[in-house]
Parts: sequence; C-alpha cells; structure tokens
Amino acid sequence: MRDWLDSDAVHGFRTSPIAVLSCLLLWLLIGGAVLAPWIAPQNPFDLGRVSLMDSSQPPMSPAADGDRTYFLGTDQQGRDMLSAILYGLRVSLLVGGLAVAFAVVVGVTIGLVSGYVGGFVDLVLMRIADVQLTFPAVLTALLVDGSIRAALPRSVHDSLQLHVVVFSIGISLWPSLARTVRGSTMVERGKDYVLAARVIGVPSWRVALTHVLPNVVGPVMVIATLGLGMAILAEATLSFLGVGLPASRPSLGTLIKYGGDYLYSGSWWMAAFPGLALMLLVLAINLLGDWLRDALTPGLR
Amino acid sequence: MVDEPVLRFDAVSFQFDVSGPWLQRVVGREGRRTLRAVDDVSFALPEGTTLSLVGESGCGKSTVARLAVGLYRPDGGAIHFEGQPLDVARAQPALRRQMSMIFQDPIASLNPRWRVRSIIGEPIRLFGLAADASALRRRVDRLLEQVGLSIGDGDRFPHAFSGGQRQRISIARALASEPRLLVCDEPTSALDVSVQAQILNLMRDLQRDLGLTYLFISHNLAVVRHMSDRVGVMYLGRIVEQGPASAIFATPRHPYTRLLLDAVPDPRGLRPSRDPVVGEVPDPVDPPGGCPFHPRCPLATDRCRMEKPAYTAVGAVQVACHAVAEGRGAIA
Repeated sequence: MRDWLDSDAVHGFRTSPIAVLSCLLLWLLIGGAVLAPWIAPQNPFDLGRVSLMDSSQPPMSPAADGDRTYFLGTDQQGRDMLSAILYGLRVSLLVGGLAVAFAVVVGVTIGLVSGYVGGFVDLVLMRIADVQLTFPAVLTALLVDGSIRAALPRSVHDSLQLHVVVFSIGISLWPSLARTVRGSTMVERGKDYVLAARVIGVPSWRVALTHVLPNVVGPVMVIATLGLGMAILAEATLSFLGVGLPASRPSLGTLIKYGGDYLYSGSWWMAAFPGLALMLLVLAINLLGDWLRDALTPGLR
Repeated sequence: MVDEPVLRFDAVSFQFDVSGPWLQRVVGREGRRTLRAVDDVSFALPEGTTLSLVGESGCGKSTVARLAVGLYRPDGGAIHFEGQPLDVARAQPALRRQMSMIFQDPIASLNPRWRVRSIIGEPIRLFGLAADASALRRRVDRLLEQVGLSIGDGDRFPHAFSGGQRQRISIARALASEPRLLVCDEPTSALDVSVQAQILNLMRDLQRDLGLTYLFISHNLAVVRHMSDRVGVMYLGRIVEQGPASAIFATPRHPYTRLLLDAVPDPRGLRPSRDPVVGEVPDPVDPPGGCPFHPRCPLATDRCRMEKPAYTAVGAVQVACHAVAEGRGAIA
C-alpha cells in the first residue's frame, strides 16, 4: 500500500490539481447517476409522482402542493429537471461505458492479432480499420440505425435500441484502439522476452495474451478514457438527432433535444441544465484522460 | 549414439527478405532483394563443450543462434538436435525443453510485467516439471540460489535489478527446463567488465556442474578465449575458420582471423606489428563474388575474386582461404 502511494503515477496524481478536481467531479457525477433511484427527489418516470400542475416551472420554484422545491425547474410535463438529469446521466454513462467496453474488446483483439500475426492478416485488418476511420461516428450510427430500422419490425427495433446505439458508437471507436495496440504489439513482438517464450515453445496465443498484452494495455487506458467522453457526446448527438434512445428512457442528449423545443418559449432551463451536466461530465473525463496520457508518457513530464 | 553431437549444422543457409513493400516493388519494377545472413554453415557441437562464433556486427552469428533454437527455419541445409531434425525434435516437449537461450539485452529479455518468480517458473509450468505449487516454489528457489540470487528476489519485478542480476535471472530461466544445450547470444556484451567476469564464471561453473553444452555467440575475443573449446570465425554469413580455440588463438591462419586478433589492443607492445587490414564490411545484400573477404584481404589474388574457397584442413583447423590452401598464407 505504501509502495503504491509512493509510486510515480499516484504521486503525480496527488500533485496535479486538475487531475484531482476532475476526478472528484467525475466521481460526483457517476455517484449521482448510480445512486439516482435513491437520491433523486422524484422518479421522473413514475407518472403517479409527476404532476401536470407543476409543468414548465422555472428553477427554484415551489411545487404546487408546496412540500418541496424544484431547484432546476421542471419540464413541460412537470418532471423535476434535477431528477431527470440524474436519471439521464445514468443512461448516458451506461451507453458510453458499454460502447467503450465494446470498442476496447474489439479494438484490442484486432490490434493484438494484427500486430502479432502480421503479414496478410495485418494488411486486411488495417485496411478495414482505415475504411472505418473514414466514416464519422454519427454517420456510422445513422447507417447502422437506419438499416436495423428497415430490417426489423418496430417493436423489436425499440427493444434493441440500446444495443444499436452501443454498437454504432463502439464500432466507430475501435480503429484508434486497434492501431495503437497493433503498433505496440509489433514492438513487443520482437523483444527478447517474447523470443524466450517462443524458444521453449509457449503457444502463440498464450504468448500474445500473457506476455504481449500486459505490455501494450497502458495506452489503451488513455484512449478508452478519452473515448468515453467521445462516446457520451456521440450518444447525445444521436439522441438529439432522434436516432438515439427512445423518449421513454431519456439520456442527457434526449433531454437537451426535448428541452430545445421550448427554448424559444423562454423555458431555457429545460435544455441548459442537461447541457451543463453533459459538459461537466465530458470535460471531467477529457481532463482526466489528458492527464493520464501525460502521466503515462515519460517524455512529456 | 555416444558420439552423436548435441547440435549439428550441415551446410545451413538462411536469407532475410529485405524487399521493399509490395506496391513499391510493383511500381518501381524492383525485384525481391534478399540478404544471405547465413551461408553454408556447418559445425558439430559435442556434449559438454562450448563452441563460440565470433565476428563483426552483421556477420550472421546471432542468426545462427536463432536458427539453432528454431526461431528461424533454414532455407537450405539441415540442423539436427540430439540426432533428430530440429523441427522434429522441437515438436517433442521432452526434447524441446533440452534447449534454451540466453539473450544479449538484459532489459528486453525479461517481461517487465512479470515477477521474477513467474519468469523463472514459466518453463517449469509449461513442461509440467513440478507436481504442485509448492514443488514449483522449491524449484524456483533452488534456481535463484544456483545463479547467486536470494530467494526473496523472486517476488520482485525485473526493474528492481541491475544488468548483471537480470542476466542471472535470464540464466535461471534458461536452466529451469533442465536443458542440455544453452544458446547464448552475446550474454555479456551489455554488461560492465567486472560483471561480465562474474557472469562468465557462473556460466563455466554451471557447465562443469551440470554438463551443459554451450553455443556461445560473441564479438569479444577475450571472452571467447576464456569460454571456448572450439571457435568458429564468421564473416558475411560464412564460417571462414573453425577449430580448437587453442589452435586458432595460437596460430590464426585465415587473414580475417588475423585481422580480428590484431585488432585486440596489446598494452605491453610485445606483439610484432603487422600490416593493418583496412576497409569496411561489404553490403551483405550485394556481397562480393568469390571469397567474400577479398576486398579487404592483403593476400587476395584473381582466384580469390572469382572462386569461393572451399575448406582446407590444417591440422584440426578448417580454413576457407585460397592463400592458405596454396601455401601463400604463411604466418607473418
């Protein structure tokens, strides 16, 4: 434990105010999202708890029945914005996290195979990655979403919506991971400790998994962290465009989209507060990712 | 089978493909280019002895080491291990575990993410040489002691050790599968002189105690003299002179061997000075015809420029040199 506290990375973390601050903010937001069912003032999806009498209330206005205050106002259906944001954070983080996890599994696997096997396999896999990189994430997502919408009946499609969004965002994130892992794998593959394992006849897949993989995952953490920010933004963009998650399960992006409809009628808080939450979330993730990259790259210190 | 050498190379050749990328070859109408790293190399390595290969950088000695443990497959000739073709031998775990390798770079040869205990234990686990976890632990402890490290060192990571200690860890890993043949690719070149001596003495003690056979690759003649029973001098992928270490160091016959020995500083100035041999090693992608050494050789004739020399036996030494064969290569 003391070794760990004295290690370079931990020391660097403790002495970097930006890292500590963004980490704190991130934990606050994640904590709020995870604990939403217990700490949110109301369940915005429980129609019994939502009163139309309280619709479109500005921030800090009291509820019609007088027993509480809507700190961030309400939407046009009388839902407490604070609660909606907490629940929306849950969805945004869930989709972002799943998309990044998907991209990490696919990207690391392809990168490892490509870099370790080399030759023709490498050529094919990397050209696929190149093609993938030419499609912007949103376009990929629209494409996947569109084809699934066309191929499957509406009811099936709606129940698959979360998977579709996760898949669309994840598929646009894997090439950068695959390329990084491939590059470091090619370096590690030629090192003597890999040769030593090959001399005694350790099977290739085991060399790749037990020797090479632990030595190439460092940069993956950085890319995955920065990718989480991108994934959350991409999900918000998709939801804003109307191809993301259904309104029955609003993410921050969905909230911004519906809030935006009332912006010109003066109800600014319906879009502004979810937008602020999204901004803080992505900002915290990106600052942390940047710090992580600098901390793991000795040359930059 | 008593006389069967542990390792035998018969006219082994190996070339690297150094062609440009496919597209560049097609567009530029270039052909494939190959680098003949090992050319017609033959030797036999009897049990319990040490054969050293010496030569300048890029002469193919490390490639021979990698061929010997099956990391590369020869393009021509045959390699036998314990009397069996190398790939047949390596397909059998019982034979494969009898060869291991020590590398030059003490930093790159140990996985930085593994504890020393796991590194040394890997061959034992792979070949199932320990019945259970406690037997594995005992074996690793014994190996650590055998190479002069302490048992507590097993729980640390490689970065906590100095170059010499890391090389001891490498040796312990190489010994873990109880090998008969140890291929050592410049095992001390990256170490300080004082540490070099410790590692070399450790290797000699281990050879004496365990009856190990060494294929020893080095460019350091003093180290080679200290370690070897037999020496092979390599130049541009070929062994130009091969024989007992004592004979080669006492009366070097090939002009290249003499060049190498002359290049060793002589602090007492006792050695008669000879004509210095000048020039650089030619490009191995486009080696000179005839004897590969002729552009730098003071004894070169037209025959040397045209015809590749075959081996001439001079006592126990084999020399590939026209001058020696014709009796012109008199010791100056």
